[in-house]
Amino acid sequence: MTATVTAPRPTKARGVSMARGYRFELVKLVSQWRIRLLLLVCWIAPALFVAAVSRQSSLPVDTLFGRWMHATGWAGPLVTLGFAGSWALPLLTSMVAGDVFASEDRLGTWRHLLVAVRSPRRIFAAKTLAGLTVILLLFAGLVCSSTAGGVVAVGDQPLPGLDGHLLTPGDAAVKVLLAWVCVLAPTLALAAVGLLGSVALGRSPMGLLLPALVALAMQLAQLLPLPVAVRLALPGYAFIAWNGLFTDPVQLGPLLISLAVSLLWAVTATALAYRLFLRRDFTNPAHDGAGRGAVATAVLPLVALMAVTVGALAPTSTGTGSGIEQKKVQRAVATAFAHLYRLQTTQLHRPAVTEKQLKASAACTKGDVSDDAKGPGNDWRCVVSWHLPGVEATGSAIYQLDITADGRFLADGDGPKEVNGYFLVRTPTGDEPNPLWQFDGTVGLLATP
Amino acid sequence: MDVQLAIRARGITKCFGDVVALDGIDLDVAQGQIHGLVGPNGAGKTTLLGLLLGLAVADSGSLEILGTPVGRALTAAEGVSGFVDGPGLYPWLTARQNLAALAALRGHDARTAGIDDVLHQVGLTDVADDRARGFSLGMRQRLGLAAALLTRPRLLVLDEPANGLDPAGKKHVHGVLSRLAEEGTTVVLSSHRMDDLEALCSEVTIVATGRVVFSGPLGKLAAENRELDYRLLTGDARAARRLAADTPGIQVVDDAGTRHDADMLVVRALVPALDALVVRLVRDGIALRELAPLVSPLEAAFLSLTEQQELAEQQELTEQQELTGQQELTEQQEAGL
Repeated sequence: MTATVTAPRPTKARGVSMARGYRFELVKLVSQWRIRLLLLVCWIAPALFVAAVSRQSSLPVDTLFGRWMHATGWAGPLVTLGFAGSWALPLLTSMVAGDVFASEDRLGTWRHLLVAVRSPRRIFAAKTLAGLTVILLLFAGLVCSSTAGGVVAVGDQPLPGLDGHLLTPGDAAVKVLLAWVCVLAPTLALAAVGLLGSVALGRSPMGLLLPALVALAMQLAQLLPLPVAVRLALPGYAFIAWNGLFTDPVQLGPLLISLAVSLLWAVTATALAYRLFLRRDFTNPAHDGAGRGAVATAVLPLVALMAVTVGALAPTSTGTGSGIEQKKVQRAVATAFAHLYRLQTTQLHRPAVTEKQLKASAACTKGDVSDDAKGPGNDWRCVVSWHLPGVEATGSAIYQLDITADGRFLADGDGPKEVNGYFLVRTPTGDEPNPLWQFDGTVGLLATP
Repeated sequence: MDVQLAIRARGITKCFGDVVALDGIDLDVAQGQIHGLVGPNGAGKTTLLGLLLGLAVADSGSLEILGTPVGRALTAAEGVSGFVDGPGLYPWLTARQNLAALAALRGHDARTAGIDDVLHQVGLTDVADDRARGFSLGMRQRLGLAAALLTRPRLLVLDEPANGLDPAGKKHVHGVLSRLAEEGTTVVLSSHRMDDLEALCSEVTIVATGRVVFSGPLGKLAAENRELDYRLLTGDARAARRLAADTPGIQVVDDAGTRHDADMLVVRALVPALDALVVRLVRDGIALRELAPLVSPLEAAFLSLTEQQELAEQQELTEQQELTGQQELTEQQEAGL
C-alpha cells in the first residue's frame, strides 16, 4: 500500500507588491508607440496651435476667449481647454483608459498576468493607477504646452473675463490653472467610464470608444433644452462649468456641483469596474468580459446614480426650466457691458469712469415676449443704457443675443459706431478690436435668491 | 513508501453556468514528477490547469498545492508557474524585455534574474533582442516556458507546451522539463501529442467530460485498457505465427501484406496473454527481435475514450430524435390526423 503525505508546512502565496505592479503596467503602457505619440502630441501640438492661431489675422471667435488671443497669452490655454473638453480629453481617455484592460483580452495575456501578479485586486489597482498616470501626463502636456505657447507668442497681458472684468496677469494665471484643474474631474469621470467599458466589453471596440461616445452624448445633451437639474447631473457639465471662474463674483454653485457629480461618477464607475473585474472567470475560454449581464451590471447603477443626482439637484433649480431667465440675462449683459465699456474707455484714453458711475442696465426681450422671457435662443434682444458723469443724456446700445442652452451667450452689438456698431475702434495708436462690438458671457443657471 | 504530493485534489467540481467543466476530479501528483494530462477537446483539462494556476476557484472539493490548501481567493500558490492557452507575451517588447518586465514584477534585478540563462535553456539566445511580435508559435511557446522558468517554480503547469515546435525546439523543451523534474520540480502538462507525453511523463491522467477516467503510470494503461495491437519481429515468422494462433487470448491480425514486411507479425492481445506468448516463443527457441505496440497505450486509451464519447453522443442524439418523433406522432394523433 502506498501512503501519501502532503508537505507539512503550508506556505502562503506572496503577491507582487503594488509598486512593482504599477511600474510593470506603466512600462507596458509607455512602451506602446501609440501612447508615446499621444504624449508627444499633447506636449507639443497645443503650443504650436496657440502660437500659430495667435499670429493669424482671423481668430476663433466662436470659441470662448478665442477673440482675446491677440490681446493676451492667457486666452490660448482657455481656447485649448474648450477644445480639449469637447474632443481631446474624451479621445485621450478613450485611448488610454478604454484600452487598459481590453488590451490584455486582445493579446490573450490575462492568465499570464494573473499567474505572475497573483492578485486580481492588485492588477486592477496597478492598471488603474498606471492609466491615470498616463492620462495625467497627457493632461499636463495640454496645460503646459498651451500656456507656454500663449505666453511666449503673445505675452503676459491682462485677460478680460466672461463678464468683461479685467483679470491681472497673476489672477489670469491662477484662474487658467484652476479651470484646467476643474476639468480634471470630468476627465477622471470619463477615464472611469473608460475603465468600466474596458472591463465590461472586453475586446469589443465599443469598450475603446465608450468614453468618447459618452462625452459626445453629454455634449449633445447640453445642446438640448434640458431642465437645469438634468444638465448639472451630467458628469460632463464641469467641462462647461469652469466658465463660472471667469465672472465676478465667481459662479461657484454650478462649478462645485459639477465637480462633485463628476467625482461621484468617477468613484462609482471605478467601483463598478472593480466589482466586474473581480467577478470575472479567467478560466472560461468563452468569457472576454463582454457579457450581457456585465453590461447591465455596468449600466444600471450609473443610470440609477443619474436619477438620484437629478432628484437631489432638483431643489437647486427652478423646476423643469432651463435656468435662463430675463432678469439673469439683463444682469449679465449690463455687467459685461459696464466692464467692457471701461476697457474701451482705457483704449480710447477717455476720462476714467467706474461701473458704479455708469449705472449700466439692460432691458431684454425674447422674440415678442417682453415680460418674463426665458429659455435659450438666438432671438434675444437687449437694449443697454448707461450714464456718464456730467452728461445728462443716457447712452443706449442694442445687442442681439444668441444664448445656448448651457447659459453661454454671444452678444452682437448693433448701435453707434463709436460704441458697439463696428468691430474696430480708432485709438491714438491706430485701429484696435472693439471690445463692445461682440462679447461672450454666461448666465448662471441655478436659481438665485 | 511515502510520497510527497505536489498536488492533491479531491472531488473538485467546476461549472460554467449549466456546463459542468469538472465533475468530482480526484488527482494526486507526486513532487518531482512529470505528469501528463490528456483528454478530448472540452474534457476540462484547461479548467483543471487553470485551477492549479489560481486562475479560478473550484465550486466544491478540496485542493492542496505544494502542501498549501487553496482557498476561495483567485491566487496562485507560491512556487507555481506556467501558462494555459498559450503564453502571455507583449508583442511590442523584445524577448529579453518581456522577461525583464516579468523579473522586475517579481522584484528581481533584470541583470541578475537569470534572463540570459533561461533564454539559453529554451534556445532563444539568438533572438533575445527581437520583438515578440515576429515570433513563430514555437518561439512564443519557448519564450513562455522561459518566462515560467524565470520564477524558479516548484510546480510548473503547461498547456500544450510543444505546440508549433520544430524538432530542435522540442528537444530543447524536453531537455528543460526533464532536467527540472530531476531537480525536484513537479511538471504538469497537457498535450494532444501522445509521443511527447510518453517521452516525458511518468504518470498520466486521462480526463473525459470533466471526469478522471484513468490516472496512474503509463505502463498501467495497457493492462487496464482494452486489447492492443503489438508488432513482433522474430527469427522465424511462420513458427511465431503458428505459436501465436495457438496461444489463448492472442488474435493474429492478418494485415502483414498491407502494412508490414513478411517477417513481421501483428497480434491483438491483453498484456497477460502477450506475456504468455513471449514465454512460449522463448521456450521454443524463436528469437524475439522486436516487440512494440502498433499504437501506444496512451493513444489507444485516448482513441477509445473519444470513440466512447462519440458513441454516447450519437446514442443521446438518437434517443432525442426518437423522443421527438414520438411526441410529434402523439400530437398528430391527438389532432385526429
